[in-house]
Amino acid sequence: MSFSERWAIDRRLVSATLVLSLFGIAMIYSAGQLQVPNEVTHGAWILQLQWFLVALLTFTVVSRIPVPWIEWAAHPIYVLGVVLLGLTLIIGEGRGTAVGVKSWIRLGGFGFQPAEIAKIATILWLAQILSERDRPLRTLRELVKPGAIVALPLGLVMLQPDLGTALAFVGILFAMLYWAATPVWLLTLIASPVVGLFLAYDTAVWSAYILIVIACMILFFRSRLFLFESVALVLANFASATLARPLWNSLANYQRNRILVFLDPEVDPRGAGYQVIQSKVAIGSGEFWGQGFTLGAQKRLDFLPTQHTDFIFSVIGEELGFVGTSLAILLFGYVLTRLVRLAAVSESSFAGLSLLGIFGAWLVHVLVNIGMTAGVVPVTGIPLPFVSYGGTFLVTSWLAVALAVRLSHERI
Amino acid sequence: MRLYHPRALRRRAKGLVFATGVVLAALIIAFFRLQVLQSDDWVLRASSNRVRVLPIPAPRGTIYDRNGVIIADNVPGYSITVLPGPVDSVRATLTRMSEHIELSDREIEQVLARLRRFGREVVIDSDADFDAVSKIEERRSDFPGVYIDMRPRRRYNLGVSGAHLTGYVGEITADELEMEMFPDSVYSPGIIVGKIGIERQYESRLQGRQGVRWVEFDARGRIVGDFAGVERTAAIEGEDLHLNLDFGLQQWIHRIFPDSMSGAVVALDPKDGGVLALYSAPGYDPNAFVGGIDTEAWAGLNENEQKPLFNRSVLGLYAPASTWKLASAGIALDAGVVTPDEVMPDPCEGQWYWGNRFWGCWDRQGHGYNTLAEAIGNSCDVYFYQLGLRLGLQRLLDRSTDIGFSQQCGVDLPQESRGIFPEGPQFWQELYGYRPTEGEALNLAIGQGPNSQTPLKMAQFYVALARNGSAPAPVIAKGVAISEGWQLDLAREHIASLREGLRMVTAPGGTAHFGTTLEHWEVIGKTGTGQNPLSVRGLAQDHAWFAGMAGPPGKSPEIVLVAIVEYGESGGQVAAPIVAKAADYYLRSKHGIPIDTIQTYREHILRGPVPQWYRDRFPRGITTEAQEQAGLTPAAEGGS
Repeated sequence: MSFSERWAIDRRLVSATLVLSLFGIAMIYSAGQLQVPNEVTHGAWILQLQWFLVALLTFTVVSRIPVPWIEWAAHPIYVLGVVLLGLTLIIGEGRGTAVGVKSWIRLGGFGFQPAEIAKIATILWLAQILSERDRPLRTLRELVKPGAIVALPLGLVMLQPDLGTALAFVGILFAMLYWAATPVWLLTLIASPVVGLFLAYDTAVWSAYILIVIACMILFFRSRLFLFESVALVLANFASATLARPLWNSLANYQRNRILVFLDPEVDPRGAGYQVIQSKVAIGSGEFWGQGFTLGAQKRLDFLPTQHTDFIFSVIGEELGFVGTSLAILLFGYVLTRLVRLAAVSESSFAGLSLLGIFGAWLVHVLVNIGMTAGVVPVTGIPLPFVSYGGTFLVTSWLAVALAVRLSHERI
Repeated sequence: MRLYHPRALRRRAKGLVFATGVVLAALIIAFFRLQVLQSDDWVLRASSNRVRVLPIPAPRGTIYDRNGVIIADNVPGYSITVLPGPVDSVRATLTRMSEHIELSDREIEQVLARLRRFGREVVIDSDADFDAVSKIEERRSDFPGVYIDMRPRRRYNLGVSGAHLTGYVGEITADELEMEMFPDSVYSPGIIVGKIGIERQYESRLQGRQGVRWVEFDARGRIVGDFAGVERTAAIEGEDLHLNLDFGLQQWIHRIFPDSMSGAVVALDPKDGGVLALYSAPGYDPNAFVGGIDTEAWAGLNENEQKPLFNRSVLGLYAPASTWKLASAGIALDAGVVTPDEVMPDPCEGQWYWGNRFWGCWDRQGHGYNTLAEAIGNSCDVYFYQLGLRLGLQRLLDRSTDIGFSQQCGVDLPQESRGIFPEGPQFWQELYGYRPTEGEALNLAIGQGPNSQTPLKMAQFYVALARNGSAPAPVIAKGVAISEGWQLDLAREHIASLREGLRMVTAPGGTAHFGTTLEHWEVIGKTGTGQNPLSVRGLAQDHAWFAGMAGPPGKSPEIVLVAIVEYGESGGQVAAPIVAKAADYYLRSKHGIPIDTIQTYREHILRGPVPQWYRDRFPRGITTEAQEQAGLTPAAEGGS
């Protein structure tokens, strides 16, 4: 085996993620450069650098594990992930600005977030299940098993409650189902009760919506007879509409505020809308070229919320301007499309599905995290891959990179 | 493997790449809007986020007395200000602060309401003491959005004795901001303005212009430093103000005024009408108002039955009683209906018959035939009845109106009462519904009837007697345009005879002799016994008046004084000594003679033998203590 074969890695993907990680460390360093004392952010970049070394080590090891081992391990890892998530609900604890969210497990001297491991585990196990099929999923009944595989960890994450991470699981499910040739209309219909949930705030709007859904069903199903699917979907839609109110009421205050504030941040500029407004102020005042690395005025005066973790992109916007933000987004676009390309050329369906799972998770992370800093999606505590401060997420992201390059280079 | 056929995969890959492209393009468009299209708005917002314009308070002008003594100045003070922020966190901050400074729950809610209303910083305490400030500074992080700065604090050196004159300052109110005298170009919420007194009268001169500084704040409302972008504009100090007032005299009057009594003392300089002292009792400490008076103290002042906030010297209206006889006399001389040396046809026999009724004199013993001076000295009512009749009602009303008895003096204070005096016969018709008869002239001539004057007004009249019959308007500040005065056409001998009458009051045998005789100065004046609603029903004593003037013996008077002591009973015993002692203080300090607390003849003989200077001046009028006691019973008091 030649050296290049032994290190058969996709240099482009690794280079791109390497650049993102180093960029992240630099921005975390900048996020700690304040005019007012803040002990948390000040030394964060050093910790992130250490985690980055751990991540590279993990990458080196995992990228050399034989693929059959990975396939074999998929199921046990999944079980382990779910058990850890369950444990989190019992012995988990919150941290930093998300004290109320029990997402950490403390092990000896340091803590980690089982949800990140569960994401990888779910991707692998779901990839295995879907790769065993030889025809596309066409009925709801066929969707039950893959749905359940994702729903279990997703539900546990929701109980923490961590809406952002839950969204990542949704991204995983849809991306992988799509790759498994599930028809787009079926995916749309699965999503319809969720959309209906949000539209249920207004009876008239919801009524119009349900009529459109039924019309679509008749249109798509007219050649075939999917009576069970049709009935189930309509019922699901009605159920979600009925549940909308109690569900809204069961939301924690801060969650409700986040949704209301997303609709209009100015309703509460000093309260729930504060983060979004401050973030937009920082990004907007970065203008085209930015205020310069470490020089962001809003950041220096501590106006940005959680600037080294969830709102790191606001620092990028303020200091590097539109040039910085658009380049960063393009870089993420490169990483995401690279995953799709690798999936498209991979010879094993397990590999392709796994890559798509990673793609789905990261797409949600990038869209929701960056989108919330610009105020185009509601604020959910979800980090930006490779860039946000956070050990577990950096290590598991690099674990995912390792899996991606390992699986995509497997030749059968 | 139809499901994962490379061609199918490529098709799905294309779809995914396309979807990713759409999503990321949407993000880039969002950032393009924020950072390129709308960036100007956000840049502006960013600077207003962290840079605030804070006022630099301007020190008010210093107020000096006639000798350059400081009446009101500024000392360094600390003010605690809170910036707008989330309601709950500001409330929490203020609650924590209430451990260090006086801040009730109600006040906290008021501050919150004002933060909401004005959307700008609100001063919580414009006069914080150093201890509280240092405690708060030690725990900076507990008080986000709070900053402490130095601001000049007003100090009134006269304290209680000058309260009504200086007035006090306080934070501008919403109502005041609407007023024309507070233009928006100078005044903004939170600024300190004069509320009453001289502080209010000369507000625009004393105010100055507040400066501005641009300060950078961090997210928790802590001042990081001056914003480099904009230069600070320095505050412009207010103009200084020099008064005609005599600081020492004002304090001396406060010292000698009977404790627990109410009343007023006015001292004017006959040379120019300058106000040498303007005192009202009881007073209050204007320093307590600086930085906001607490509600309890305010209620105490407001509910006090003696009305300490009421400036009696210019607002109090009192029946002038016998002190007004000089006005009748002056008007009669001016009109030429009497001459100083003639006597009235009817002698005083204790009463006088006119118009089908008897008109009594205060002294039933009668005074016989009196010249004008004697009539003043005796305060003989019968003489003045006849004088009033000669003058005639119409002429008395006209001339009294000419010399302003129904007007204000026009003193430079924001508030002054008009005297109450009929301007014509319609006065009776409007008020009582009848045409006045000539008999009204009899009452008015002796200072009775519908006649109420302020102590300041009476002092202004006596200034005319201390001069040549002309009276400039009293004025507190130096170098300001003076309101027009008035003039009585009196010859030298007229003035001399009026003063001779006043001299009789304080000469041996006069009712005010013991309390007004001084070693170095001659005090002359008129007592008065002012009836009031309580005294006419026998529920209280009359008000005690003394109006007079003083100067070196044989020379023109250098100070005119009026004192009224409410329910003081005796003008000669209670009001006159105040006038004499105040005059003594003023003249001694003016002529460089050391001040002594034993001033009047009475004070001397109550403490020891008859002093030599008295023996020299009044060789035949030596009176013992026993005689003094006997001779000064209220029954012997003149006038009514």
